[in-house]
Amino acid sequence: MRSLRWKIAGHGLALVATVLLGGFLSATLVRLAPGFDVDERELDPHLNAQSVQALRDARHQDRNVFKFYFSYMNRAAHGDLGTSLALGQPVRTLLRDRAPLTMRLLTMGLGLAWLLTLTLALSAAWLRLSVYDTVTTVVSGTFLCLPAAVLALLSVLWNVPGSLAIALIVFPHTYRYARNLLVKAYSRPHIITARAKGLGEARILFWHVLPVVTPQLLAVAGVSVSLAVGAAIPVEALCGLAGIGQLAWQAALARDLPLLVNITILVTLVTLLANSGADVIGHVVRGQEA
Amino acid sequence: MSFWRKFACVALVLVLGASVAANWLAPASYAKQFRDATNAAPSRAHWLGTDEIGRDRFARVLYGTRISLLLAPAAALLSTLMAALIGGLAGYLGGVWARMAMALTDLFLSLPWLFLLITARALMPLNVSPLVSVLVTFLLLGLLGWTAAARVLCTTAGALRTSDFVRQARAVGLPGQRLFWVHVVPNLKPVLYAQFWISIPVFILSEANLGILGLGVAEPMPSWGSLLKELEGLVSVGEEPWKFLPLILLVVVVTSFQLLLSKQEELPA
Repeated sequence: MRSLRWKIAGHGLALVATVLLGGFLSATLVRLAPGFDVDERELDPHLNAQSVQALRDARHQDRNVFKFYFSYMNRAAHGDLGTSLALGQPVRTLLRDRAPLTMRLLTMGLGLAWLLTLTLALSAAWLRLSVYDTVTTVVSGTFLCLPAAVLALLSVLWNVPGSLAIALIVFPHTYRYARNLLVKAYSRPHIITARAKGLGEARILFWHVLPVVTPQLLAVAGVSVSLAVGAAIPVEALCGLAGIGQLAWQAALARDLPLLVNITILVTLVTLLANSGADVIGHVVRGQEA
Repeated sequence: MSFWRKFACVALVLVLGASVAANWLAPASYAKQFRDATNAAPSRAHWLGTDEIGRDRFARVLYGTRISLLLAPAAALLSTLMAALIGGLAGYLGGVWARMAMALTDLFLSLPWLFLLITARALMPLNVSPLVSVLVTFLLLGLLGWTAAARVLCTTAGALRTSDFVRQARAVGLPGQRLFWVHVVPNLKPVLYAQFWISIPVFILSEANLGILGLGVAEPMPSWGSLLKELEGLVSVGEEPWKFLPLILLVVVVTSFQLLLSKQEELPA
């Protein structure tokens, strides 16, 4: 129990440190990006010299990277994530409006990917047929060789939901690990003995195989969240789904750096949380097994 | 060498050879417009037809393949060198340096690869010349793609640091710099080679993703990414199948790399 608390505290600390460091790096990049000092409002002929000077003075405060970072973090801590330059709306509102669709897409995509992964990996481990193994490896290998954006385009052409595209992007990565883990687990001496003694497949799976592979599968599940989040950009952008992935793409095309930086930090948080959660649950499972 | 590995080698040599010989094989320049034949179907004059502004698609595929296939290894070389320098040195020095390097790689790895790429790409100006856009795209891949390799190299160099021969060399009084360059780096070579080859298909796919999203190589310069963007305009898969040639080439090349990288015993013979 104590080690679990330490583990959670460690992850919490790592999370805070990563967000602070990530925020600083992002703020620095935004500050140093070409065109930071340029404000197109200065070109407005309706503004007089004093107004233009006022705009320049306002920007002057942001020249120091550290000042810029602290003012950014201070505003973020108070819930003000700034305003999107391209869309002219508060970043917080944009994120709040688009998050539900992305969450739904990711949940369904990940669910489908894991359903496919476990079904194929378990059947590969059970059947142990070289033909079946070759076919599944070739299928997953083919999907692995396709760019995520092409799968998104094909999903539009074939009129299939975006969640299936996400599943097909994530599946080849998870399948490789899951198959190897399960095949390795099924070739352990005690499982071969249990099979020889006539123990039922379900009992072998739930009592002897899953407890061994669950912590590692959980680690892969954590990584698969990161893969799915990455896949959300091309899928949402090309399938016309108004989620956070599409927002990130639009922000990148419009060089809307405040919006992009906030999305990047949010995405880092989500992936870190997923990985930390998977690690903590894996720790609990290992503890129960011991 | 298994059949599949030989097949992969032949496929790679053929595709690379055709792209290098683009100057002789292509019927026209990748940017030349045949304005009387826009959106043309395949013909004797234009083997893969023309695009919406009349450019010969076959020429664009050849030149695009050259750009993607020559610059992805260049980006892989850059990322491997960065990984060797950061990961290898941090692992060799150990202690706080190794922990700092690991923390930095963790930070980079916690970001989904495509998010990191588009964020970094957006920081650069988008309205640059085509040549600069090619350099920016592949430089970004090289500069951001070192983290996973650095982790592996840090661990390997860490193991070498505590190995017997390094300890003996240190006990004899060999200076640290000489120890690193003469004894540690040569032992990192197999890992470096592996990381280099692994990075190439990853960068090819990443460039394709960036190109389709409009954040890669700028027009009129072709690359697999920008050529695949044409698929966006299709209504059905069977409508203009010749538009899928860049995709087929990309899959063949990436699969060939995967076949060459995978263990021989895992391959179906």
